Amino acid sequence: MKTIEELNEIRENTLKEISLRKDINYKGNEKHILVCGGTGCTSSHSAKIIEKLNAHIKEKQIENVRVIRTGCFGLCAKGPIIIVRPEDTFYAMATEDDVEEIIEKHILNGEIVERLLCKDVDGGTVKRLDELNFYKKQKRIVLKNCGMIDPENIDEYIAFDGYKALEKVLTSMTPEQVIEEVKASGLRGRGGAGFPTGKKWEFTKMAVGDQKYVACNADEGDPGAFMDRSVLEGDPHTVVEAMAIAAYAIGANKGYVYVRAEYPIAVHRLQIAIDQAREYGILGKNIFGTDFSFDLEIRLGAGAFVCGEETALMESVEGHRGEPRTRPPFPANKGLFGKPTLLNNVETYANITQIILNGAEWFSSIGTETSKGTKVFAVGGNINNVGLVEVPMGTTLREIIFDIGGGIPNGRKFKAAQTGGPSGGCIPAEHLDTPIDYESLAVIGSMMGSGGLIVMDDSKCMVGIAKFFLDFTVDESCGKCPPCRIGTKRMYEILERITSGKGEEGDVEKLEKLAKNIKASSLCGLGQSAPNPVLSTIRYFRDEYEAHIKEKKCPAGECKAMTKVMIDKEKCRGCSICSKNCPVNAISGELKSPFEIDQNKCIKCGVCIAKCPFKAISRV
Amino acid sequence: MENVNLTIDGVKMSVPSSYTILEAARANGIEIPTLCHLKDINEIGACRMCIVEVEGARGFVTSCVGKVSEGMVVRTNTKAIREARKTTLELLLSAHDKKCLTCVRNKKCELQTLSEKLHIDGIEFEGEMERHPIDNLCPSIVRDPNKCILCKRCVSMCKKVQEVGAIDTMNRGFKSVVGTAFNKSLGDVPCSLCGQCINVCPTGALSEKDATKDVWKALEDPEKYVVVQTAPAVRAAIGEEFGMPIGTLATGKMVAGLKRLGFDKVFDTNTGADFTIMEEGTEVIERIKENKDLPIITSCSPGWVRFAESNYPDLLPHLSSCKSPHQMFGAIIKSYYAEKEEIDPAKIFVVSVMPCVAKKAESEREEMKVNGLRDVDAVLTTREAARMMKQAGIDLSNVEDETFDNPMGEASGAGAIFGTTGGVMEAALRTVSEVVTGKELEKIDFEEVRGEKGIKEATIKLGDQDLKIAVAHGLGNARKIMDSIREGKCDYQFVEVMACPGGCVNGGGQPIHDAKTRATVDVRALRAKALYDADKSLPVRKSHENPVIKEIYKEYLGKPGSEKAHELLHTHYHAREYFAE
Repeated sequence: MKTIEELNEIRENTLKEISLRKDINYKGNEKHILVCGGTGCTSSHSAKIIEKLNAHIKEKQIENVRVIRTGCFGLCAKGPIIIVRPEDTFYAMATEDDVEEIIEKHILNGEIVERLLCKDVDGGTVKRLDELNFYKKQKRIVLKNCGMIDPENIDEYIAFDGYKALEKVLTSMTPEQVIEEVKASGLRGRGGAGFPTGKKWEFTKMAVGDQKYVACNADEGDPGAFMDRSVLEGDPHTVVEAMAIAAYAIGANKGYVYVRAEYPIAVHRLQIAIDQAREYGILGKNIFGTDFSFDLEIRLGAGAFVCGEETALMESVEGHRGEPRTRPPFPANKGLFGKPTLLNNVETYANITQIILNGAEWFSSIGTETSKGTKVFAVGGNINNVGLVEVPMGTTLREIIFDIGGGIPNGRKFKAAQTGGPSGGCIPAEHLDTPIDYESLAVIGSMMGSGGLIVMDDSKCMVGIAKFFLDFTVDESCGKCPPCRIGTKRMYEILERITSGKGEEGDVEKLEKLAKNIKASSLCGLGQSAPNPVLSTIRYFRDEYEAHIKEKKCPAGECKAMTKVMIDKEKCRGCSICSKNCPVNAISGELKSPFEIDQNKCIKCGVCIAKCPFKAISRV
Repeated sequence: MENVNLTIDGVKMSVPSSYTILEAARANGIEIPTLCHLKDINEIGACRMCIVEVEGARGFVTSCVGKVSEGMVVRTNTKAIREARKTTLELLLSAHDKKCLTCVRNKKCELQTLSEKLHIDGIEFEGEMERHPIDNLCPSIVRDPNKCILCKRCVSMCKKVQEVGAIDTMNRGFKSVVGTAFNKSLGDVPCSLCGQCINVCPTGALSEKDATKDVWKALEDPEKYVVVQTAPAVRAAIGEEFGMPIGTLATGKMVAGLKRLGFDKVFDTNTGADFTIMEEGTEVIERIKENKDLPIITSCSPGWVRFAESNYPDLLPHLSSCKSPHQMFGAIIKSYYAEKEEIDPAKIFVVSVMPCVAKKAESEREEMKVNGLRDVDAVLTTREAARMMKQAGIDLSNVEDETFDNPMGEASGAGAIFGTTGGVMEAALRTVSEVVTGKELEKIDFEEVRGEKGIKEATIKLGDQDLKIAVAHGLGNARKIMDSIREGKCDYQFVEVMACPGGCVNGGGQPIHDAKTRATVDVRALRAKALYDADKSLPVRKSHENPVIKEIYKEYLGKPGSEKAHELLHTHYHAREYFAE
């Protein structure tokens, strides 16, 4: 067990070793090669790059150079990412074949490998991370350590002020003061609903119970969301520390992190963090010699979306089928094992240490009137800079999508952005200048959600998008209550009918009626929000629904049932590539004469469109 | 308990603060529809039928679990509530196999009743239905998931009350289905076949395996001599099927009804129960004398026996080797009675009318045969017997009482109380006590084993020795006792177990009452009272004093526990594979 003094010593010593990561004016001769070890970069083989870097360093007996596997840098579209510090050189989309050159040129000769430098969306090459437009409007509080430290090394976390907040809380603050600080910060739950965090803590503290628990919701389930995953992969200790602080504040001695088993790297690193914290006595009995004891356990989820709902999560932690309970009683009064339980999501916890260290006033100076601090978004879909961004609340969608995200690729037009995942809504271009905060998003028919942000270009059919999300909910509904179990299925059936050209007059109204009932009558948040993607697309793209139903046309040309694939005789040169690639032999013709598609055979798969060298084939 | 004041639909009321909104409404005559709610057993707020509006609350409130609070203003009948309930019910119906006219629960279905009450005049959102195979392979219970509305009352009953857990929800969302492990038939999983799931099912998704066709066939066969026997609990409930109040003792009418159905003889299983007491009592005395495999545990409840065979195979020697009363009685009919009346036992067809579905499977066991003949050829539940009567145009409320046929129609009061929890124990104590002490009991009512407590314990004076006994009903309670035996912590010498909560009066084959009746009327206590009243009214109240029993032992069986008695009246058990291949 380490004393506070020993921790301070570790902090000082480690900081000496790693200060070059933050200090641009560092004048020493050490270099740190940071390689992203987040899930995205790992799946594009960043582990091999690390392995090869280390092998070269060893072989060439290079001193003063360390390779660090970090968490996510955010710009996943350019991965695997390598950053060389202190100079901050940003190498994008590197492969293991580039390693030798990086070592030879950059590390040994101090020359930047120009060809590997990141190209910004505007075409310019950037050398340094902070030159990228992607980072310019971001503010990193939650992700402060992601990409900066080795997440598997507690000393590096400690060096960057890790466990200082816990120390402060345990040695100089009463539980009431901690709660006051969190309340004053204005922090609201980042899991989606935006309930004031401090209030939640207060309720749980006030609840009567001989045993209380803190729990962390890391069951991130929205399609395309990876905020919580990235925090756990890049900075697991910040969650461990925040949970200990929360436990102290509400009077708990035991915590659970509920994380999906499909996040193996996050689970692995979190377990390492817990083990290391225990070894240091930061978890366990009498932390820092005080009478506060706290320990933490990981519970793995099997990937059911509904287990992100707080009461279903608790059922699952207890070993039951993941189904929501009726509320009230709320978890603050009757949560895990029937005891008062504080449940926050990963990102919410990741704000806590900074609020404690920098104060509520600092935190509440960021953001808007009602939504303080920052919000992390996992930005995906038809956008150039797919990745993880953290922006102050109040940033507009336009800024995120165009300034940070680099806009829409392939010269297409922006059509809509989807926030809040299957519970959220689609936001059309007219609302691009909406500042992002809880209330504004709700007003335009969407929601903050946990931070998934999917951008859609004008090739996307909005009825199809609604169907996509509903398909997800139908699949993920737990089945406990009929409005969600059967209602979403019936909505899906209507959408299926519309997109296959069999829509009937009155279908939109039927969807609206069902949606209203499902929202009002469902047992839990999953069902209550399931119709949102349909309602918001009806709200903003009703004409698209009507075109499908009345004219049997899909304006975006995406609904296969309503399109034909045709060859433009003017453009076709009779090369036969289309016919060779057609999986159902639907295309025939004589060489050097225009080919033709047999519409009875065509399955509208689009392979010919992609293969035609003369762009002579299209959907009409 | 403190009271709180609230207003529901403009009615001001004061109710205990522990009440749910639903309870408060019901206590004041305000009807809120429910489907999944089963008081104390399934309070999960799943079906969304009981939603109400509460002033100041965000969204609808689930009244079956939402507690009352001071000053609360509730509305149960607004346009929004009516529309929401109706749409939800329509959705349920859109995924339900609506074969109401040919359903076993036609006119007794809570879903059907609610459709009528909520005035469902069409289904706006028809669509796909999941199709699941019907499980009718098991000899006792039929499961038709296509009629299931996923209220989970059966799951909670099986898991929380019976602690069997043979069924649970599988899959997610629209594909959700209540099923068994590996989709096996109920007979091939550790289901005890108690049938409590049937009694709590609001629809026809669960029912007994029909035996009426077999019985009709036997009745129509001129070659067959068809004998029917009726269990004690049947007479305390069958009247309910004909509109009589719960707890009506309808013995004479039941006998009359059965005679009109055309049975050659109508005998009383209570006489069989008297045999059980003679045999089991003797076994109890011997085992205690030898201090062997104690506690000795009763074996009249086949659901319990099956539960023990699946879950406690190591403790099977504790079970009494006695067959259950109707099996004993069947064996006596096909041996003693056949000889006496000079009837070829192979031509005798014994039908048992039972409050039980587990007895269907029991009667099919290999061990329940003597000389290759089944003791009992068909088991009808109380519900099936009533069904046959209705089919034959017999309305029990309009028939004159008749009496059981002799010589097997006379039974003691001890036999009558077999149908309720504690009854077997009390009947046994009446006999064991007098046999051991040789003195007549001053008081034959053993009040300490009566009543609804899950496990009843008592120490009974047998002369100068103490007999430590316990009575458990409901398999969850039985499990507690079995676990304590396994842990070596059990000091009882004699234990009665009945699989069904309340005993046979609440058996899985008894008339079904809807959730509201179950919540507001103590059905099993009323039926039990009918049996205790029957006991009190009888001239003979101890099994060993039943003249029929004395006669048969003297003429035919010899002493209780004789070789002949063992051949006819005893059985053995075997460990049951948890999941049969």
